Amino acid sequence: MNEIKRHTLAVLVDNEAGVLSRVARLFSGKGYNIDSLAVGTTDDPAVSRMTIELLTDEKQARLICSQLRKLICVHSVKRLSAERAIRRELVLIKVSAPTHEARNEIIQIANIFRASIIDVATESLTVALIGEDSKTQAIQNLLTEFGILELVRTGTVALERGRLTIDEQTKEKDEFDYGKNVL
Amino acid sequence: MLMTGAKILMECLAEQGVDTVFGFPGGTILNVYDELLNYPSIRHILTSHEQGACHAADGYARATGRVGVCFATSGPGATNLVTGIATAYMDSSPVVCVTCNVDLPLLGKDSFQEVDITGVTMPITKCNYLVRRVEDLADTVREAFAIARSGRPGPVLIDIPHNVTQELGDYDPLRRAEHGMSGRLGQLMKRSSQNFRAPEPDYRDIDALADMIRASKRPLIICGGGVVRSRADWEFEEFANRIDAPVGITVMGAGGFRGLNKLATGLVGMHGSQASNMAVDACDLLIAVGCRFSDRVALKPSSFARNAKVVQIDIDRSEINKNVETAHHIVGDAKRVLQLLNERLEQLDHAEWKEYVFAFKTQTEYDEAEDRLTPVQVLDAIARAVPRDTVYTTDVGQHQMWAIQHLHFEYSGQLITSGGFGTMGFGLGAAIGAQTGNPDKVVVHITGDGSFRMNQCELSTVQRYALPIITVVFNNGALGMVRQWQKVSCDGRYSQTTLDRGPDFVKLAQAYGIEGRRVTHVAELEDALKAALSTGAAMVIDCAIGIDEMVRPMVTGGSDITHFAVD
Repeated sequence: MNEIKRHTLAVLVDNEAGVLSRVARLFSGKGYNIDSLAVGTTDDPAVSRMTIELLTDEKQARLICSQLRKLICVHSVKRLSAERAIRRELVLIKVSAPTHEARNEIIQIANIFRASIIDVATESLTVALIGEDSKTQAIQNLLTEFGILELVRTGTVALERGRLTIDEQTKEKDEFDYGKNVL
Repeated sequence: MLMTGAKILMECLAEQGVDTVFGFPGGTILNVYDELLNYPSIRHILTSHEQGACHAADGYARATGRVGVCFATSGPGATNLVTGIATAYMDSSPVVCVTCNVDLPLLGKDSFQEVDITGVTMPITKCNYLVRRVEDLADTVREAFAIARSGRPGPVLIDIPHNVTQELGDYDPLRRAEHGMSGRLGQLMKRSSQNFRAPEPDYRDIDALADMIRASKRPLIICGGGVVRSRADWEFEEFANRIDAPVGITVMGAGGFRGLNKLATGLVGMHGSQASNMAVDACDLLIAVGCRFSDRVALKPSSFARNAKVVQIDIDRSEINKNVETAHHIVGDAKRVLQLLNERLEQLDHAEWKEYVFAFKTQTEYDEAEDRLTPVQVLDAIARAVPRDTVYTTDVGQHQMWAIQHLHFEYSGQLITSGGFGTMGFGLGAAIGAQTGNPDKVVVHITGDGSFRMNQCELSTVQRYALPIITVVFNNGALGMVRQWQKVSCDGRYSQTTLDRGPDFVKLAQAYGIEGRRVTHVAELEDALKAALSTGAAMVIDCAIGIDEMVRPMVTGGSDITHFAVD
């Protein structure tokens, strides 16, 4: 219960000014550092979906979810378990490539990772990669020796596998029943 | 119907049945105050300071159970509300604050008297709004009131830029009952019902709790603020009588359970009675109703009720398991949950357990004195003199704890005190609100010399509106509670807690046009109270009490609940 691990939260919110700060404030007010946060509109333009990742223990994760649900701007909150979620992140890495050899090598690495080269200049290449953090970390390690000039991540976005969606209340119920029947 | 934003606002307040607004005008809120002149059904109480207005709206809400409303202008007017809003937030009191801001085009330009008040109050409101378009105003006000009063109540702030109050918008009157059926509020209520309606408790959970109660040999009930907010006095008393269990009362729960009921063990927690705290430690089942186990109750969560299964009944599911791990919980309105439990429970008997608990003191025995006034003598004299349904407000400090320990409250809303936020200076504003909402009741404001001077400027409000509030100052010439801490925790090194200074509270009261009396004996106090009650005019009674009087017992934060630092 007190083990610190990564928790992925999917949150549907109003697509309105100030909503991001209302949500972020809940975390900062408790002294949590948000590991990663990605926001974008959904198929409904009035609704945005946030994917929030944070390192904390089970109890705090439950608490933060129930507090998120109290915000008027929040439609629904669901915790996505590591096994049942697909998580992806886009990373752009600008690598120093002043020579042919360097460029070729970087392109090879990119191919192995199924990354794409999205910008080429005389002294640099920009690699784009979509994946989970183990994969993005691996390519980052390999490219470090060429000299990473700049790196940007979108933050992880996640969906549940299969037919389940954020609107299914089953998991919320499980989570809420925690502590019951410890009798 | 086309009308200005200011008029739409006033129409919406009328829709809500608002009869009183506390506030203070200013530049950006000019149009609203101009429109106010056209609404004689809405009484405006002009306070001396916006903080007083916010406390008054809070006091009005707590005393009447209706939403309190206050107005303030932009910038400093708005920030002066902040302490009041935080006080209401911590004690779950339904208040709607309306502030105006600079014109939209001036917003974000550090204009005169501009502040991002929605940003400032985000952590201390249930929700807040910046209304950018006059078309959104009516829906926003309806939404704000619905949010403030529903579920776990709390403050909501509406910030309206000055130009929006001036612009013309379409207003369609809508009866309050229909607010949730259409528009934004309708959508919202469909979507997040838990914020608007208390969830109907799961009957299986109720049955499970009933079984736990039947199995328990040593049950204890804690009466928290949720009982008071839900006005569940009757259901709670029935519940306690059925189970035949001792009842500990928290500061916020005072009034929810009759203090004189023979099952009451008195206050629980830091200044809790021996009986309450020993019962918490010894019980095998602890049922907390509308109680969030604050650090003043569960002083050390790991050892709190260590022999018991803890059951939490709360309307706010984010309170469940927050401070204390529970074995079982029910989310729902205290009144409804207790009704369902009462339907299922037969009369139980716990004579042996009660004998154990009530062998401990339920109330501190303080020394009596002939030659001087003691806090308890002051409280006893008040209780003897005033009608039983008198509403009490307090400030924060020793006088507050003495009052809550010693006065026996009989109904929800009888005690109005800042429990969660501990706001010194809360009491007088709250008394103004309580008296305005209850013109036929006696309102007694119990305060200390430290707290009283913080917002004593509201005496001018008391005088101007002829509010017959009786202010009793426990004047010990010190910041007594901090001094007590310095005695217990700092070896009696008193740093900055001696108030060896003015004002003379009698002259101060007189300067405000209110009668003031200084009393040093019970007889004088009785005379003063009698005079105040018979004239029906406000009075400030300055009671001289000893500087070394202590609130007893006392358990310091982080200690086991039975580890009394002061007996």
